[in-house]
Amino acid sequence: MSVAAIFVLVITISLLTGLFFLHGVNTFLIKTIQEKIDITAYFTSDVLEQNILQVKDELIKDAPAIKSIEYVSKEDALKVFNEKHADNSVLSKALTEVGDNPFLPALNIRTSGDPAQYQEIANILNQPQFNDLIEKIDFSQKKDTIEKVFSITSIVNRFGLALAILLILVVILVVFNTIKLVIDASKDEIATQRLVGASSWFVRAPFVIEGALFGAISFVICFLIAGLTAYFLAPTLAIIMPGFNLFIYFLQNMLLIILIQLGGGVALGVVSSFIVIRKYLKA
Amino acid sequence: MIKFENVTKIYLPDVTVLDDVSFEIAEGEFVSIVGKSGAGKTTLIRMILGLETPTTGHVFFNGQDIAKIDSVELQKIRRRIGGIYQDYKLLPTKTVFENVAYIMEVNGRDNEEIEQEVPKVLEVIGLKDKTNNFPDQLSGGEQQRLAVARALVNYPDVIIADEPTGNLDPYNAYEVLSLLEKINKAGKTVILSTHDREMINKLGKRVITIENGKIIRDEAKGKFLI
Ligand SMILES: Nc1ncnc2c1ncn2[C@@H]1O[C@H](COP(=O)(O)OP(=O)(O)OP(=O)(O)O)[C@@H](O)[C@H]1O
Ligand SMILES: [Mg+2]
Repeated sequence: MSVAAIFVLVITISLLTGLFFLHGVNTFLIKTIQEKIDITAYFTSDVLEQNILQVKDELIKDAPAIKSIEYVSKEDALKVFNEKHADNSVLSKALTEVGDNPFLPALNIRTSGDPAQYQEIANILNQPQFNDLIEKIDFSQKKDTIEKVFSITSIVNRFGLALAILLILVVILVVFNTIKLVIDASKDEIATQRLVGASSWFVRAPFVIEGALFGAISFVICFLIAGLTAYFLAPTLAIIMPGFNLFIYFLQNMLLIILIQLGGGVALGVVSSFIVIRKYLKA
Repeated sequence: MIKFENVTKIYLPDVTVLDDVSFEIAEGEFVSIVGKSGAGKTTLIRMILGLETPTTGHVFFNGQDIAKIDSVELQKIRRRIGGIYQDYKLLPTKTVFENVAYIMEVNGRDNEEIEQEVPKVLEVIGLKDKTNNFPDQLSGGEQQRLAVARALVNYPDVIIADEPTGNLDPYNAYEVLSLLEKINKAGKTVILSTHDREMINKLGKRVITIENGKIIRDEAKGKFLI
């Protein structure tokens, strides 16, 4: 019977931990996507550097949430291109044939990835006084993808949370009923304890302690399961998501995980015992 | 100390066990309640302990209506009562020692006292060499004696004994009865329910006789007359 209670507790806590891991994966993915998002504003070929820096200042002033903004001159762009394609003779030849530097000066704007911020930056760049300076803004194509990614993650987040809450409610009910079975076995004993004058707390204490103990034992089991899972799953996950190490995530968040597992387990055990006992104390 | 006021108890659907019963037991009295099997002795005792509520009427303990007080107060009253029950009501998962110790813990006695008192009581009641047995490893009479030990160990203000000698041989029955008399001499109230004619007649104390749900006799130096 106690084994059943611990087993159900282990499942509940593991579920909680799994959700926590999922949260880690999720945050990592969003961060990766956000880091890849930027806007490039290309200026007309003959714009003065001074004017471009003016636009830059304006952006920094009016859209303070911008992560970074970098000015790339025509010359810089050419240099980058040449370095990148140094061993590609066809391309370099084509470039020399053009004669002039075909690149446009640009501002690389890196944002936090929030679509709202996108709109803000677009509004600033589309002001009439910049119309003559800016040749084109490279973001409209990306914008859709980004918005899609955002809506997907937010749907996943919301759906996941709803599912998690539902699952946890179901499992709490199962935990509750399992502990109820454990305590039901002591029904007559509780009645006798009451008959000889034991106070509520005197009767309750051993059961509540037992509940806490179930929670604590479940914690130890779950902690081991979580650690081993993270350790063995980490290499596989790293292939799918380069740069993400589940085991390191586990180590970095160990305190929080302990808190979730121990807190969740003990709280579940104690609260269930408490509620079940209440019924018998009334009698 | 204990007062029944026009108490009627009807078990659903229609078993009338007690019918408009009134009587009072003063502090320090020794009262026997007699009656045929099924007369309602156990029911009456259960009402003093708040295990049954009267269908109509009131049961008072020191002026408090048992049916109306909250559970904290009820537990306080139960701690002042040492009960010996017909079905013993022992704790099956605890040893003989622990069964007696438990009731001392309930009353907030400290470990030192418990270590001292429990062996003494078990010695008196003749269960010393069964100290570490569980109730289901005891004979019926031994279980009954354990119930007696448990009821006496806290020197409660009131002893309520429902057939405390039903399972005992004459020698042990006599021992238990003299224990009850001794406690009564020390000023405690004793309520005894029994079938045992000889016992009642030897006692020479107040006897309440119940028949067909009514008190048909209540005499200060009563005899068993059914
Ligand atoms: N919970 C109950 N529901 C219905 N009837 C009950 C209940 N408890 C007791 N009775 C009935 O009430 C009557 C009195 O029972 P009680 O146990 O008080 O008798 P008693 O005087 O203690 O008998 P005995 O000497 O055999 O112990 C009996 O007829 C019994 O069948
Ligand atoms: Mg009876």
